[in-house]
Amino acid sequence: MLPPNRKQLGLIKAGLFLLALVPLARLIWLGMQDDLGANPIEFIERSTGTWALAILLITLSFTPLRLLTGTAWPVQLRRMAGLFMFFYACLHITTYVWLDHWFDWQEIAKDIVKHPYVLVGFTAFVLSVPLALTSSNAMIKRLRQHWKSLHRLVYLVAIFAVLHFWWLVKKDITEPMLYAMVLAALLSIRLIFSLRKRKGQGV
Amino acid sequence: MLIGKKSDIIPSEITPQSVYEDRRQFIKAAGFGLLATAAAGYGLLPGHAWAAAEQRRKLTGYSKTAYGADEKLTPYDDVTSYNNYYEFGTSKSDPAEHSKLFKPTPWSVAIEGEVKNPRTITLEDLLKIAPLEERIYRMRCVEGWSMVIPWIGLPLAQLIKWAEPTANAKFVEFVTLDDSLRMPGARVPILDWPYTEGLRMDEAMNPLTILAAGLYGEVLPNQNGAPLRLVVPWKYGFKGAKAIVKIRFRETMPQTTWVKAGPREYGFYANVNPTVDHPRWTQASERRIGGSVFSPRMKTQMFNGYAEQVAHLYTGMDLRKNF
Repeated sequence: MLPPNRKQLGLIKAGLFLLALVPLARLIWLGMQDDLGANPIEFIERSTGTWALAILLITLSFTPLRLLTGTAWPVQLRRMAGLFMFFYACLHITTYVWLDHWFDWQEIAKDIVKHPYVLVGFTAFVLSVPLALTSSNAMIKRLRQHWKSLHRLVYLVAIFAVLHFWWLVKKDITEPMLYAMVLAALLSIRLIFSLRKRKGQGV
Repeated sequence: MLIGKKSDIIPSEITPQSVYEDRRQFIKAAGFGLLATAAAGYGLLPGHAWAAAEQRRKLTGYSKTAYGADEKLTPYDDVTSYNNYYEFGTSKSDPAEHSKLFKPTPWSVAIEGEVKNPRTITLEDLLKIAPLEERIYRMRCVEGWSMVIPWIGLPLAQLIKWAEPTANAKFVEFVTLDDSLRMPGARVPILDWPYTEGLRMDEAMNPLTILAAGLYGEVLPNQNGAPLRLVVPWKYGFKGAKAIVKIRFRETMPQTTWVKAGPREYGFYANVNPTVDHPRWTQASERRIGGSVFSPRMKTQMFNGYAEQVAHLYTGMDLRKNF
């Protein structure tokens, strides 16, 4: 398949931008219909959290796609995907801090320190902040080789995010396990290719 | 090695599962019809009720009580659409969706163990042991949410008196229906089926403890544990065994399903206690179902606010250890 030209890529980006807003639009729509279920706050927390994680996994899939198929152009969509992950993570944590705990900072601090699933989730969010802040072209230029090492933090963010989901589930771990398996596959592909590359270089 | 051993049964002889299930459904429906007709005679069900099991049916002949009279009820739709009932699936909406065709009739409960005469009692007879009462109780789930539900039922103490337990009876065990044909969630070994719960004898005899057969003035909906469930309002909701088929009196503490599933996280007592957190999340506060997105959490009360009636049951006990 031929890579898209500049104009086509712009269209693809615009389309994806709108698509990525659908989960938010759905929440707003359901909220306006009073259709968020018996526990609307839990619904919003779940939905924004799930989408942040799903988009994070999409963000992490562009490189494996290139490694496996040689199709490199989708990597150009990666920054937008990463920022949308951050956007939904922000909505997720805002729901938690505002709607769920009403800015009761003392309670929130206790919750973070005492409960591992909250701690890893919070850590994942904190680690994703510098990634979002350094996502501009100017920052990429400024940080040069450090940028790549900094953005390796995304692997930690992903692992913590999956753990966050896994540890909050009461008993039925089917769903978090699914995300864990996808993440494991995505990371394995990178690992295998980088090991092969090293071997090839005779290191 | 044999590859693909042939079965002795030719495929055309195997009854398709759908036909087989239809037959069972038909047999059950026929039985249900007869029973409903009988129940209608007792004024338990309106005459047309057997037409569709999932239809809402009014319960008559119960008296109101002062319990929870000042509480704001959780809306019926929330009480019946947000349920934990893993036999019908693990998501909150599963029980309402997957229990639509479940027919909780005919039903009987086996009374076993340390009793004078072990016997089986039909649901209709069981509900005649004592007058039915409405009890408005708070229900606090171990997950951190709560509801206020107008149950209709009879005090468990009345049934225990009727059952005549021996002096050896120190605990009561509740065994619930495990029927993977009628309960799709029970096909998944997510918990050790059948779901089993238990109470100490004095907890079971406490006037707050009831066996519920209805809510909101109606016959108990399937997703809420039809036809008969336990309600122990000072304990976390999972103690409330649903679709009870056996009540067994025992000398020793029964193993309960959630204790088996996670002994570090769920205890036999499972008393609502804001000072003892679940290992993974807080129990200090709760979200009351039925509020808007802008309703704040509420502080969880010791024994779910029933300390006056039940705290004496636990004097001298370390509730941190006996969680």
